[in-house]
Amino acid sequence: MISAQAYGGNGKVKEYHYTGPVEHKFSPYAFNGGTVLAVAGEDFALVASDTRLSEGYSIHSRDSPKCYKLTDTTVIGCSGFHGDCLTLTKIIEARLKMYKHSNNKSMTSGAIAAMLSTILYGRRFFPYYVYNIIGGLDEEGDSETYKQDTYKAGGSASAMLQPLLDNQIGFKNMENVEQLPLSQEKAVQLVKDVFISAAERDVYTGDALKICIITKEGVREEIVPLRKD
Amino acid sequence: MALLDVCGISDWVKEDTFSSQKASVDRVNHFNFAALEPELAVPIGVDPAEFLKPFTDCEDGVEGVTIKLKHGTTTLAFKFQHGVMVAVDSRASAGSYVDTQLFKKVIEINPYLLGTMSGSAADCVYWERLLAKECRIYKLRNKERISVSAASKLLANMVANYRGMGLSMGTMICGWDKKGPGLYYVDDNGLRLSGNMFSTGSGNSYAYGVMDSGYRYDLTVPEAYDLAQRAIFHATHRDAYSGGTVNMYHMQETGWIKVSQEDVGELYHRFAAEKK
Repeated sequence: MISAQAYGGNGKVKEYHYTGPVEHKFSPYAFNGGTVLAVAGEDFALVASDTRLSEGYSIHSRDSPKCYKLTDTTVIGCSGFHGDCLTLTKIIEARLKMYKHSNNKSMTSGAIAAMLSTILYGRRFFPYYVYNIIGGLDEEGDSETYKQDTYKAGGSASAMLQPLLDNQIGFKNMENVEQLPLSQEKAVQLVKDVFISAAERDVYTGDALKICIITKEGVREEIVPLRKD
Repeated sequence: MALLDVCGISDWVKEDTFSSQKASVDRVNHFNFAALEPELAVPIGVDPAEFLKPFTDCEDGVEGVTIKLKHGTTTLAFKFQHGVMVAVDSRASAGSYVDTQLFKKVIEINPYLLGTMSGSAADCVYWERLLAKECRIYKLRNKERISVSAASKLLANMVANYRGMGLSMGTMICGWDKKGPGLYYVDDNGLRLSGNMFSTGSGNSYAYGVMDSGYRYDLTVPEAYDLAQRAIFHATHRDAYSGGTVNMYHMQETGWIKVSQEDVGELYHRFAAEKK
């Protein structure tokens, strides 16, 4: 039904424009999706991420992993706004090089985490929109996941992954279970399972999973396909 | 304003970016690594608190982009005849998501100084770490430990420079110095109060209720431990944003000791069994 008011006296449709001031908001941020996960065991650490880069309803890339190798013993996972992820990792890598040149040794995982904290706080009033998780081994070869717990998920599907890890690795909300230490094989299998589940229910997670396994031999990568829809 | 000038606090709203003498190389940017004084980057010509509002409040925010600053806590401290008791919860929440149940809200500045944290986790951790650095430098320069009064004053002055820019920090500096036990409350407005009992955070009213009903100056040590623990426990029970474990410290003349770290779930069963 076309309203009679839309037509003027001569039968043509009246034109309407808004003639007042219009406020355009510039947002410096965008959300590019992605999930990262880190798990630390006795003598290994894992950092895993999906490889989908999205924006709104589109997928920009199916092969954009979010794990960045910093040193032979440390990997960082960054998801959130891709522009800030790239800039942040560039700055971290520059600072790592500067440290290496002045101190003649690589930064330890703990030092990288402390440095990242001050880099991020330097932008307290215009934050980097990045969810970071650092996984790595410290000097003795024991491992640390720098978010206090020994497992942490970050990014778009973090709220789905974290409770499952709390139950399977932290043995939370379970009674009378044998609390075995986490082996590397079980950890890798758990990470795969957990991402497959996340890809089912989170639109921003999928395409492929990249796992970086850090041991004293170095960093090894594994790629597992995920749902592409 | 004359008073603003004397205090050395610049009104950033009036700073005109074009007539400002600072060239773009002097402003804090990505590559100012060698800055002697820690400088925080500020978006130019915009009120930082207003700038962040659309991205932290969900209502008028950009779709999908919400930077949730971590809030929600209960911390308490009180002085009694045997020193200072400090008790905190350990939940860090980002909006309605519980980020971790094992967050350390007490920073051990030195063996005679403790700082508690409530409000935004990033602000508290950063400024208290900076305070720890300043306390260490003081000790190296003056060959004696900094007093609790001076340490709390340093922190208050550091954050007063950023007043109105959206920092969120409520902290208690507790220690033992030449004047005996010391307890100061410092917050993000630069407020600094000395007192015998404080509680901060979203659950502070619950903690005050329990503490006020059981507090006496002449508590014995086990009674004080019990009171502090119960106060935090009851706050975690009723405040959604507090939880995890109760971390307790006791500041004595010989320095602080960590008394206990107990999960509130277990405390619940213990207190429930007592009622029977």
